[in-house]
Amino acid sequence: MGIYPAGAMSRWSPETRERARSILARYPEKRSAVMPLLYLAAAEEGYLTDEGMAEVAEWVGLTPAQVQSVASFYTMYKREPTGRYLVSCCTSISCMLLGADEVLAAVEDEAGVPAGETDEDGVITVEHVECIGACGGAPAVQVNYELIEGVTPDTARELVRWLRSAAPDSVRADEMQELFGTRRSFDWAIAEHAGAVGPYPAFEPYGTTDGHP
Amino acid sequence: MTTQLRVITRRMTEHPADSHTLARYEATGGYRQARRAVGMTRDELVELTKESGLLGRGGAAFPAGLKWSFLAPARPAYLVVNADESEPGTFKDRQLLERDPHQLVEGIIIAAVANEVHHAFVYVRGEYPKPARRLQRAVDEAYASGYLGEGIFGSDYDLEVTVHLGAGAYICGEETALINSLEGRRGEPRLKPPYFPAAKGLYMMPTIVNNVETISNLPHILEMGPDAYKALGHEEDTGSFLFSISGHVNRPGNYELPHGLTWRELIFEVAGGIRDGHELKTWIPGGASAPWFVPGDHLDLPITKNDTGKAGSMLGSGAVVVMDETTCVVRAAERIVRFFAHESCGQCTPCREGTTWLEMILRRIESGAGREVDVDLLLEVGGNISVGLAWPPRMTTICPLGPSAVSPIISITKYFKDELLAHIHGGGCPFEGGER
Repeated sequence: MGIYPAGAMSRWSPETRERARSILARYPEKRSAVMPLLYLAAAEEGYLTDEGMAEVAEWVGLTPAQVQSVASFYTMYKREPTGRYLVSCCTSISCMLLGADEVLAAVEDEAGVPAGETDEDGVITVEHVECIGACGGAPAVQVNYELIEGVTPDTARELVRWLRSAAPDSVRADEMQELFGTRRSFDWAIAEHAGAVGPYPAFEPYGTTDGHP
Repeated sequence: MTTQLRVITRRMTEHPADSHTLARYEATGGYRQARRAVGMTRDELVELTKESGLLGRGGAAFPAGLKWSFLAPARPAYLVVNADESEPGTFKDRQLLERDPHQLVEGIIIAAVANEVHHAFVYVRGEYPKPARRLQRAVDEAYASGYLGEGIFGSDYDLEVTVHLGAGAYICGEETALINSLEGRRGEPRLKPPYFPAAKGLYMMPTIVNNVETISNLPHILEMGPDAYKALGHEEDTGSFLFSISGHVNRPGNYELPHGLTWRELIFEVAGGIRDGHELKTWIPGGASAPWFVPGDHLDLPITKNDTGKAGSMLGSGAVVVMDETTCVVRAAERIVRFFAHESCGQCTPCREGTTWLEMILRRIESGAGREVDVDLLLEVGGNISVGLAWPPRMTTICPLGPSAVSPIISITKYFKDELLAHIHGGGCPFEGGER
């Protein structure tokens, strides 16, 4: 592609630059790659820095301000450091009806921080989120966007303790569902082994999974 | 007893261990219809889809074939599959993506040929990484088999499919906001006119935006023919419909059903009734945007697009949220209004300001600081977003998000005014766990 003078100016690893080139090739117009490249930038540094957004701007031919404008519109682009595990508790209507506020309170209490904050060790960030599409298995929680359904205040506490003690390199929905979940929206059927390695969605084309299919 | 249909959920029901794999998909007849479609003309496919009566499953229930017929002649045209499922209460597309992604890919091929599209996009919400992974793997398998890419099925038809992740914004489920987002912009809805996607959509080119469930139906329409497909459904509501049932029922989940059954049958038979011997208080018939129903007026109403519309609500994306008598309706309404306030893109003043005010007033009432005038104030603010509180809404905004926040206001002031006043006069929430 040869779009970006990939050399001294880039903050990204050669692997990430290669990934960026393959993402750009997926779109007819390069501006469309802004969103996936923002995930790439977040994965590179753990969150979206001003420099990371400036790099994205270089790749797609926008100004850094234009990229910041896009990034600030979407809740999943974290522009401040988060913990290694982002624990997102749904408190929308269906989850609320089945005790989501109590689950959130348990997570906040066990983590020792209110929603929107990160613990002192930088391990856990707690947030409350709007509907995550798990209403049939309410209340639901995500860790680095990997889903657990049918969480109770007690299992939510166990989840936080497990994240701290087991400190998994990647978090897997099926494993966490087994350990901390109960009722599901539908039969998940065959287990999936891919997991998230950071507080951004685990997706193969973005290189943000642990590599297990 | 109401019998569930097994059309788009058949494979995942009969073969739960591997319904998402190409091997299983092909062993159960998969990709035969896409192969056929490649040899058909646009006119034939549009006509077939019109004849099937297929209505869009993303919430607006617009006839899919008619939408396709509006596609402007300029090329390239694009197909965008809306997998940004975010309406509170809705979780059907997640199941279709995770459990039968090849069914969607086959539908994409059919819709692409029908609309002379050579590049399709699937916009999956960012909070759905597992569904996105399953879909990407299906897309990769389809490329490897020659079903996507250059010269699909050995023909001279090229088709690229790109799976794109959103990043947390409900408004991107609105088709023009989704297009903006896919172009790498803020997900703000565009004005219609002039930006009808079929004329000026993605990259200002003609674009078809269809929901996951809509597209997943296409292989079945081709396989069984439009008449047999119609016969599965009920009058104008053809085919099957996925209901996502959640809340205080014994058996929440996704159910594939024909229209025409009653709410009593759906809630008490299909979903197993209300938990632990509790009583039904109210339910949302079609997602958080829809005005609520109550047992006294609506339990024996047939579930059809028209009957639901005439009764002042909608089936929307099929999300049914059931609440029992332990539910504080002020708290429930506050939670829904808070959602829309949070998700407002901020372009239109009535929505940006109005949803925030509605949330604050409801919170005040729930906390015990409400005043009697607050009931009228809720209606007044609601009326500024949705003129006359009419149904369907008379909009003051670019998109329907703002008016959606008014639905719970209409519902609680109409059916539960006594409960609102009890909060105001009693200095707080009379329910267990509520604020006082």
